[in-house]
Amino acid sequence: MSNYVFIESRDPFESPDTSFLAETAASLKKRGNDLTVFLVQNGVLATRKQARKSHVPQLLESGVTVMADDFSLRERGIQFDECRANVRIAPIDQLVDLVVHENTKAIWH
Amino acid sequence: MAEKKLTIALMDAPYEKAATTTALRMVSAALQKGIHVNVFAYEGAVNLAMKDQAPHANPVKGTTVEQEEHPTTKEFVRSLLEIGKTSPQLTWVNCGLCVDERGAINVVDGVKRGSPADFFKMATESTNTLVIPTK
Repeated sequence: MSNYVFIESRDPFESPDTSFLAETAASLKKRGNDLTVFLVQNGVLATRKQARKSHVPQLLESGVTVMADDFSLRERGIQFDECRANVRIAPIDQLVDLVVHENTKAIWH
Repeated sequence: MAEKKLTIALMDAPYEKAATTTALRMVSAALQKGIHVNVFAYEGAVNLAMKDQAPHANPVKGTTVEQEEHPTTKEFVRSLLEIGKTSPQLTWVNCGLCVDERGAINVVDGVKRGSPADFFKMATESTNTLVIPTK
Protein backbone atom coordinates (compact mmCIF):
# COMPACT_ATOMS: atom_id res chain seq x y z
CA MET A 1 0.00 0.00 0.00
CA SER A 2 1.23 3.48 -0.85
CA ASN A 3 0.25 6.97 0.12
CA TYR A 4 -0.70 9.30 -2.70
CA VAL A 5 -1.20 13.04 -2.61
CA PHE A 6 -2.76 14.52 -5.69
CA ILE A 7 -2.54 18.30 -5.77
CA GLU A 8 -5.31 19.60 -7.98
CA SER A 9 -4.81 23.20 -9.09
CA ARG A 10 -7.29 23.24 -11.96
CA ASP A 11 -10.99 23.84 -11.82
CA PRO A 12 -13.36 21.30 -13.37
CA PHE A 13 -15.13 23.86 -15.54
CA GLU A 14 -12.03 25.06 -17.38
CA SER A 15 -10.12 21.76 -17.39
CA PRO A 16 -12.14 18.62 -18.16
CA ASP A 17 -9.05 16.52 -17.41
CA THR A 18 -9.72 17.01 -13.71
CA SER A 19 -12.11 14.07 -14.07
CA PHE A 20 -9.14 11.92 -15.09
CA LEU A 21 -7.42 12.81 -11.84
CA ALA A 22 -10.56 12.00 -9.85
CA GLU A 23 -10.98 8.66 -11.60
CA THR A 24 -7.34 7.78 -11.00
CA ALA A 25 -7.64 8.73 -7.33
CA ALA A 26 -10.80 6.66 -6.90
CA SER A 27 -9.18 3.66 -8.61
CA LEU A 28 -6.06 3.83 -6.47
CA LYS A 29 -8.22 4.08 -3.36
CA LYS A 30 -10.21 1.04 -4.47
CA ARG A 31 -6.93 -0.89 -4.70
CA GLY A 32 -6.24 -0.20 -1.05
CA ASN A 33 -3.99 2.85 -1.26
CA ASP A 34 -4.23 5.87 0.98
CA LEU A 35 -5.38 8.84 -1.11
CA THR A 36 -5.60 12.55 -0.46
CA VAL A 37 -6.61 15.12 -3.03
CA PHE A 38 -5.48 18.57 -1.95
CA LEU A 39 -7.24 21.34 -3.86
CA VAL A 40 -5.35 24.58 -4.44
CA GLN A 41 -5.81 27.71 -6.56
CA ASN A 42 -8.78 27.34 -8.94
CA GLY A 43 -9.06 23.71 -7.86
CA VAL A 44 -10.98 24.90 -4.79
CA LEU A 45 -13.87 26.09 -6.98
CA ALA A 46 -14.96 22.44 -7.09
CA THR A 47 -15.58 22.36 -3.34
CA ARG A 48 -18.71 24.54 -3.51
CA LYS A 49 -22.00 22.81 -2.82
CA GLN A 50 -23.51 24.70 -5.76
CA ALA A 51 -20.80 23.64 -8.22
CA ARG A 52 -22.22 21.40 -10.91
CA LYS A 53 -19.96 18.88 -12.63
CA SER A 54 -17.67 18.88 -9.60
CA HIS A 55 -15.61 15.74 -9.10
CA VAL A 56 -15.56 16.26 -5.32
CA PRO A 57 -18.70 14.16 -4.56
CA GLN A 58 -17.19 11.25 -6.52
CA LEU A 59 -13.96 11.53 -4.56
CA LEU A 60 -15.73 11.67 -1.21
CA GLU A 61 -17.94 8.71 -2.07
CA SER A 62 -14.81 6.74 -3.00
CA GLY A 63 -13.35 7.34 0.45
CA VAL A 64 -10.66 9.72 -0.79
CA THR A 65 -9.70 12.44 1.67
CA VAL A 66 -10.39 15.83 0.11
CA MET A 67 -8.68 18.91 1.48
CA ALA A 68 -8.93 22.50 0.30
CA ASP A 69 -6.35 25.24 0.77
CA ASP A 70 -7.79 27.92 3.06
CA PHE A 71 -5.80 30.70 1.35
CA SER A 72 -7.12 29.76 -2.10
CA LEU A 73 -10.69 29.73 -0.76
CA ARG A 74 -10.28 33.17 0.82
CA GLU A 75 -8.69 34.57 -2.35
CA ARG A 76 -11.78 33.54 -4.29
CA GLY A 77 -14.27 34.76 -1.70
CA ILE A 78 -15.55 31.28 -0.94
CA GLN A 79 -16.88 31.01 2.59
CA PHE A 80 -15.99 27.81 4.37
CA ASP A 81 -19.67 27.00 4.93
CA GLU A 82 -20.22 27.13 1.16
CA CYS A 83 -18.05 24.02 0.80
CA ARG A 84 -19.37 20.49 0.71
CA ALA A 85 -19.50 18.60 3.96
CA ASN A 86 -16.47 16.37 4.59
CA VAL A 87 -14.13 18.64 2.63
CA ARG A 88 -11.39 19.52 5.08
CA ILE A 89 -10.24 23.14 5.01
CA ALA A 90 -6.50 23.18 5.60
CA PRO A 91 -3.54 25.53 5.63
CA ILE A 92 -0.65 24.93 3.22
CA ASP A 93 1.56 23.49 5.95
CA GLN A 94 -0.73 20.44 6.09
CA LEU A 95 0.07 19.84 2.45
CA VAL A 96 3.77 19.99 3.31
CA ASP A 97 3.18 17.41 6.08
CA LEU A 98 1.43 15.11 3.62
CA VAL A 99 4.14 15.43 0.98
CA VAL A 100 7.05 14.70 3.34
CA HIS A 101 5.28 11.70 4.88
CA GLU A 102 7.27 8.53 4.27
CA ASN A 103 6.35 6.39 1.27
CA THR A 104 4.24 9.09 -0.34
CA LYS A 105 3.90 9.83 -4.01
CA ALA A 106 3.03 13.47 -4.65
CA ILE A 107 1.64 14.50 -8.01
CA TRP A 108 0.79 18.02 -9.11
CA HIS A 109 -1.96 18.60 -11.64
CA MET B 1 13.78 11.16 13.84
CA ALA B 2 15.71 11.70 10.60
CA GLU B 3 15.73 15.20 9.18
CA LYS B 4 13.33 15.76 6.35
CA LYS B 5 14.09 17.37 3.04
CA LEU B 6 11.71 18.44 0.32
CA THR B 7 12.73 19.11 -3.26
CA ILE B 8 10.52 21.21 -5.51
CA ALA B 9 11.02 21.70 -9.25
CA LEU B 10 9.59 24.89 -10.69
CA MET B 11 9.20 25.76 -14.35
CA ASP B 12 6.87 28.74 -14.62
CA ALA B 13 8.17 32.24 -15.28
CA PRO B 14 7.33 34.93 -12.72
CA TYR B 15 3.97 36.74 -12.81
CA GLU B 16 2.40 34.03 -14.97
CA LYS B 17 0.68 31.46 -12.79
CA ALA B 18 -0.67 31.02 -9.29
CA ALA B 19 1.40 27.84 -9.02
CA THR B 20 4.48 29.94 -8.29
CA THR B 21 2.76 31.53 -5.31
CA THR B 22 1.63 28.14 -4.03
CA ALA B 23 5.13 26.73 -4.41
CA LEU B 24 6.71 29.63 -2.55
CA ARG B 25 4.11 29.26 0.21
CA MET B 26 5.06 25.58 0.47
CA VAL B 27 8.75 26.49 0.71
CA SER B 28 7.98 28.98 3.46
CA ALA B 29 5.79 26.51 5.38
CA ALA B 30 8.40 23.75 5.11
CA LEU B 31 11.18 26.01 6.42
CA GLN B 32 8.97 27.08 9.33
CA LYS B 33 8.54 23.41 10.18
CA GLY B 34 12.31 22.85 10.17
CA ILE B 35 12.26 20.94 6.90
CA HIS B 36 15.19 21.47 4.54
CA VAL B 37 14.16 22.55 1.07
CA ASN B 38 15.77 22.33 -2.36
CA VAL B 39 14.35 24.29 -5.24
CA PHE B 40 15.42 23.50 -8.77
CA ALA B 41 14.29 26.30 -11.07
CA TYR B 42 13.98 25.21 -14.64
CA GLU B 43 13.01 27.03 -17.84
CA GLY B 44 11.21 30.34 -17.14
CA ALA B 45 11.45 29.84 -13.38
CA VAL B 46 15.09 30.94 -13.45
CA ASN B 47 13.74 34.48 -13.82
CA LEU B 48 12.06 34.31 -10.40
CA ALA B 49 15.32 35.36 -8.75
CA MET B 50 16.37 38.04 -11.25
CA LYS B 51 17.80 41.01 -9.38
CA ASP B 52 16.75 43.57 -11.98
CA GLN B 53 13.05 43.25 -11.13
CA ALA B 54 11.71 46.53 -9.76
CA PRO B 55 8.45 47.48 -8.09
CA HIS B 56 6.52 50.13 -9.92
CA ALA B 57 3.94 52.83 -9.41
CA ASN B 58 0.46 52.45 -10.90
CA PRO B 59 -0.36 55.42 -13.16
CA VAL B 60 -3.89 54.12 -13.76
CA LYS B 61 -4.72 54.30 -10.06
CA GLY B 62 -2.37 57.22 -9.45
CA THR B 63 -0.49 55.37 -6.73
CA THR B 64 3.19 55.73 -5.95
CA VAL B 65 5.71 52.90 -5.70
CA GLU B 66 5.36 52.99 -1.91
CA GLN B 67 1.54 52.98 -1.98
CA GLU B 68 1.45 50.20 -4.54
CA GLU B 69 3.74 47.88 -2.51
CA HIS B 70 4.22 45.83 -5.62
CA PRO B 71 5.65 42.43 -4.69
CA THR B 72 8.50 41.02 -6.75
CA THR B 73 9.43 37.36 -6.95
CA LYS B 74 13.11 38.21 -6.46
CA GLU B 75 12.19 39.65 -3.07
CA PHE B 76 10.27 36.47 -2.16
CA VAL B 77 13.26 34.35 -3.16
CA ARG B 78 15.68 36.62 -1.30
CA SER B 79 13.66 36.50 1.93
CA LEU B 80 13.19 32.72 1.73
CA LEU B 81 16.94 32.28 1.24
CA GLU B 82 17.47 34.48 4.30
CA ILE B 83 15.14 32.27 6.37
CA GLY B 84 16.83 29.15 5.02
CA LYS B 85 20.37 30.39 5.49
CA THR B 86 21.49 27.83 8.07
CA SER B 87 19.13 25.21 9.44
CA PRO B 88 16.70 24.38 8.04
CA GLN B 89 18.48 25.17 4.83
CA LEU B 90 17.06 26.35 1.53
CA THR B 91 19.14 25.51 -1.51
CA TRP B 92 18.04 27.27 -4.68
CA VAL B 93 19.58 26.12 -7.97
CA ASN B 94 18.85 27.69 -11.34
CA CYS B 95 19.30 25.54 -14.43
CA GLY B 96 22.43 26.93 -16.11
CA LEU B 97 21.37 26.40 -19.70
CA CYS B 98 17.99 28.03 -18.98
CA VAL B 99 19.83 30.97 -17.41
CA ASP B 100 22.03 31.42 -20.46
CA GLU B 101 19.10 31.23 -22.87
CA ARG B 102 17.27 33.93 -20.96
CA GLY B 103 20.21 36.06 -19.93
CA ALA B 104 19.08 35.63 -16.35
CA ILE B 105 22.59 36.03 -14.94
CA ASN B 106 22.05 38.76 -12.36
CA VAL B 107 20.22 36.97 -9.55
CA VAL B 108 19.82 37.55 -5.82
CA ASP B 109 22.60 36.35 -3.54
CA GLY B 110 22.52 32.69 -2.61
CA VAL B 111 21.07 31.37 -5.85
CA LYS B 112 23.33 28.73 -7.38
CA ARG B 113 23.81 27.58 -10.93
CA GLY B 114 23.43 23.91 -11.76
CA SER B 115 22.18 21.28 -14.14
CA PRO B 116 19.52 18.55 -14.22
CA ALA B 117 22.19 16.34 -12.65
CA ASP B 118 21.87 18.50 -9.53
CA PHE B 119 18.12 18.03 -9.60
CA PHE B 120 18.62 14.26 -9.78
CA LYS B 121 20.98 14.40 -6.78
CA MET B 122 18.51 16.59 -4.85
CA ALA B 123 15.67 14.18 -5.59
CA THR B 124 17.60 11.10 -4.52
CA GLU B 125 18.64 12.76 -1.25
CA SER B 126 15.18 14.07 -0.36
CA THR B 127 12.25 12.68 1.57
CA ASN B 128 10.13 13.55 -1.42
CA THR B 129 10.15 15.53 -4.64
CA LEU B 130 7.35 17.59 -6.09
CA VAL B 131 7.46 18.60 -9.73
CA ILE B 132 5.25 21.57 -10.59
CA PRO B 133 5.05 21.50 -14.37
CA THR B 134 3.87 24.12 -16.80
CA LYS B 135 0.43 23.27 -18.14
